[in-house]
Amino acid sequence: MTTATALKTETDTMTWQTICSKADLVDFSGVAAWLETADGPVQVALFYLPGHDQELYAVDHHDPFSKANVIARGIVGDLKGQPVVASPIYKQHFRLEDGQCLEDESVQLRTWPVRFDGERVRIHV
Amino acid sequence: MTSTDKQRLIIIGNGMVGHHLVEQLVERDATTRYDITVFGEERHLAYDRVHLSEYFAGRDAQSLALSTSDYYAENDIALRLDEAVTAIDRDNSEIVTPLGRYPYDRLVLATGSYPFVPPIQGGDRPNCLVYRTLDDLDAIREAGRNANTGVVVGGGLLGLEAANALKGLDLDTAVVEFAPRLMPMQVDSEGGELLREKIEALGVQALTDRATQRIEDGEASYHRMVFQDDKVLETDLIVFSAGIRPRDELARACALEMGERGGVVIDDHCLTSDPAILAVGEVALWNDSIFGLVGPGYQMAKAAANTLTDGSERFQGADMSTKLKLLGVDVGAIGDAHGDRTPGARMYRYLDEIKQEYRKLVVSSDGKKLVGAMLVGDNSYYDTLMQYYSNGLELPDDPASLILPSSEGAPTLGPDALPDTATICSCHNVTKGAVCETLDAGATDLGAVKAETKASTGCGGCAALLKSVVDHELEARGVEVDQSICEHFAYTRQELYSIVQVEGIKTFSELLEKHGHGLGCDICKPAVASILASCFNEPITDAAHVPLQDTNDTFMANMQKNGTYSVVPRVPGGEITPDKLIVLGEVAKKYQLYTKITGGQRVDLFGAQLHDLPDIWQALIDAGFETGHAYGKATRTVKSCVGNTWCRYGVQDSVGMSQQIEHRYKGLRSPHKLKFAVSGCTRECAEAQSKDVGVIATEHGWNLYVCGNGGMRPRHAELFATDLDDETLFKYIDRFLMFYIRTADRLQRTSVWRENLEGGLDYLKAVIIEDSLGIAEELEQQMQTVIDTYECEWANTLNDPEKLKRFRSFVNDERPDPDIIMTSERGQLRPA
Repeated sequence: MTTATALKTETDTMTWQTICSKADLVDFSGVAAWLETADGPVQVALFYLPGHDQELYAVDHHDPFSKANVIARGIVGDLKGQPVVASPIYKQHFRLEDGQCLEDESVQLRTWPVRFDGERVRIHV
Repeated sequence: MTSTDKQRLIIIGNGMVGHHLVEQLVERDATTRYDITVFGEERHLAYDRVHLSEYFAGRDAQSLALSTSDYYAENDIALRLDEAVTAIDRDNSEIVTPLGRYPYDRLVLATGSYPFVPPIQGGDRPNCLVYRTLDDLDAIREAGRNANTGVVVGGGLLGLEAANALKGLDLDTAVVEFAPRLMPMQVDSEGGELLREKIEALGVQALTDRATQRIEDGEASYHRMVFQDDKVLETDLIVFSAGIRPRDELARACALEMGERGGVVIDDHCLTSDPAILAVGEVALWNDSIFGLVGPGYQMAKAAANTLTDGSERFQGADMSTKLKLLGVDVGAIGDAHGDRTPGARMYRYLDEIKQEYRKLVVSSDGKKLVGAMLVGDNSYYDTLMQYYSNGLELPDDPASLILPSSEGAPTLGPDALPDTATICSCHNVTKGAVCETLDAGATDLGAVKAETKASTGCGGCAALLKSVVDHELEARGVEVDQSICEHFAYTRQELYSIVQVEGIKTFSELLEKHGHGLGCDICKPAVASILASCFNEPITDAAHVPLQDTNDTFMANMQKNGTYSVVPRVPGGEITPDKLIVLGEVAKKYQLYTKITGGQRVDLFGAQLHDLPDIWQALIDAGFETGHAYGKATRTVKSCVGNTWCRYGVQDSVGMSQQIEHRYKGLRSPHKLKFAVSGCTRECAEAQSKDVGVIATEHGWNLYVCGNGGMRPRHAELFATDLDDETLFKYIDRFLMFYIRTADRLQRTSVWRENLEGGLDYLKAVIIEDSLGIAEELEQQMQTVIDTYECEWANTLNDPEKLKRFRSFVNDERPDPDIIMTSERGQLRPA
């Protein structure tokens, strides 16, 4: 039991990175941040919906349709209750939960678990 | 120049029908197989002859034009105006003009007709004119300057149009008609008598049964007309409008088969006796008939385009039914209106001498079908009667009910009663079935149906019918015509606007809590942000508003395809000092921005990265620039010509006025972008008639035009008010813009808004000029609030460190985006 707990704590510290602070986020909107991964740096879009069941989301900042890094600058909202972001370029909607594009089944953004740790925003790689 | 695999198609004539043929050919991609050249005898591009008399009521050649030279250029069609064709050389397949010979493989005659001048002694005196072309109208206007009185010879449709034109010149006007009544083709003696009374009540004298014998010098006036009974009439100006004759001299000279009384004989494919040559419009004789209306001409153009592109559609004759407003009097005639072409026909008549209305039904001998109808005084009965007639619908048990007055107004035939074959728009030959097809294909409103089918874009007579069919069919399809803006609000934009205004709601979250649900979306958020800005004008970058904005508004710059932004500072009226120009150059150089002049007389700097925007703007603001709102659904620019400060033709200071307008309305947010222009004289170098608000200088003040548009569906702005002083001009624009902001749909330009506005331009004038809704003061006050609270958004942002935090490309690192890669082209950078 004790071994297992110790192991879990260690994994935790290794895979949850602090990516930015709560003050860097914008209410009901997105910001972009660099994430260091084993495969190199990745641009992620962080969305903050204060007061909602899930307050924080992290998805790819790269827009597969325009090939530009702009997803964090899209408008956040919901379609039929599912939180989404609309690409600011060609307006496709991506589900924040799993990155699925609602207009094209074959397109999905990557997502990462993300949570607050006090004032820090921590992301799981 | 001519590619060898293409055939050469020449069209002689650029009138309404000739132009329609061009449109039909373009629609069928005929330019891929033909090199098309169009010859026009007049110097003007095709214009709307049907509304010619409005030329004296303020419309100019440009606003009557049916197209632009750009349209011809874009479609690779050579347009040779002011070059009359003088001969057709069929042996060598060439046409001849004073400037040269041009070979053809196929040739179309669209030469139209000329006004018939009866052989009257003295008919060729000076100030004896005709009414057909813009040049004719210029001549009439010129002659009218020294005239007090004018006479139109001919009391038919065109004669009454011409009388309207003379009346527009403030002349004492009379109409002289050879037949015993006015409009003898369309109405009978009762109708003619009523028409005369109504027209005389409008101040136009109507003399019937008069054959002019000769015209000689007058005593009190320039001319004296002497009639068959030696009675005389003196007048300063005479306009002949006694019918038309085909312009068939080219065809006659090259020995094409002609009709006995003129006209080039054509078959159902619009082919003449020479299969290389076609003819359409008023020069063409089909089945021994010349069709002197635009509708049949358009149908011929369509058939000819089909023939030229191997289609199978034929011309099968056309209905001459017509509905007109002549000198303000409604006149309508359907089918066999006189009942003299239908054996055994029976009639119903209704005459109201008090209200001055007359209606007649002609029904088949068995009383079951309508074969004709006649209307004077009230055309609201026309549409329903036309449907019974053109679709052969069985008449109700009591046909008289169709023309009797009722407290509910004219009886209407429900759109559901129409068969799919029913013609809704006869100008463009659109059936109810075709309308339904566009609805099935996804059109969801009237505007989309009009754009797709062109229905109701010819004479416009079917507008009401088309709307009722579209509404009915949408409903029948269960497309609950749900006008909700999106799933978060069960309201239209207009309703949301009222809620915000009446309840004083100042944030999206409050509106969502009280009247919506969910989180909102990329439809409702920007729409509400725009409404809030129009009502309260708080900075869009405030914390409560910034998540609502599209990226362009959020970062106050225009996002381009690679995620960089373009920057457009305001340059009011397009006037800029050399020092400011230098600053633009320096900033562009420092940040390596691609630089381009915009159509709105500004400079657009492309390729700025998000994190550089604040520094770029600090430099611009330090130099005295303000934000240009090029990113917003808001006032964009006010384009201007140089005006009387420099130009020898200018009559007002157009640059000064454009700056006043730009400063007055800058920062105003609206359902869509707003473009303005001010021209310093009638030459219109600022292209004001393609703008939402156009102002053109006159010697006495300013003419105001509204609801124009360039873009995908260009629309000429309409003349709204004339000779305004500065104060009244601003007052009308204040009211107009606020009324549009209140009542338009989201992302609806003024042009589309205007086209969907029930009651049209007259209604708009009533609201804005006559204050028919009693809201003028409120509209002005609301505009004043926006004007008083204006603040440069970029200046506001640069003073607020919290807001500036938003302009970081990445919140945790200053590395720029490595995927933004530029390459060089023509000496500047562009996205790779």
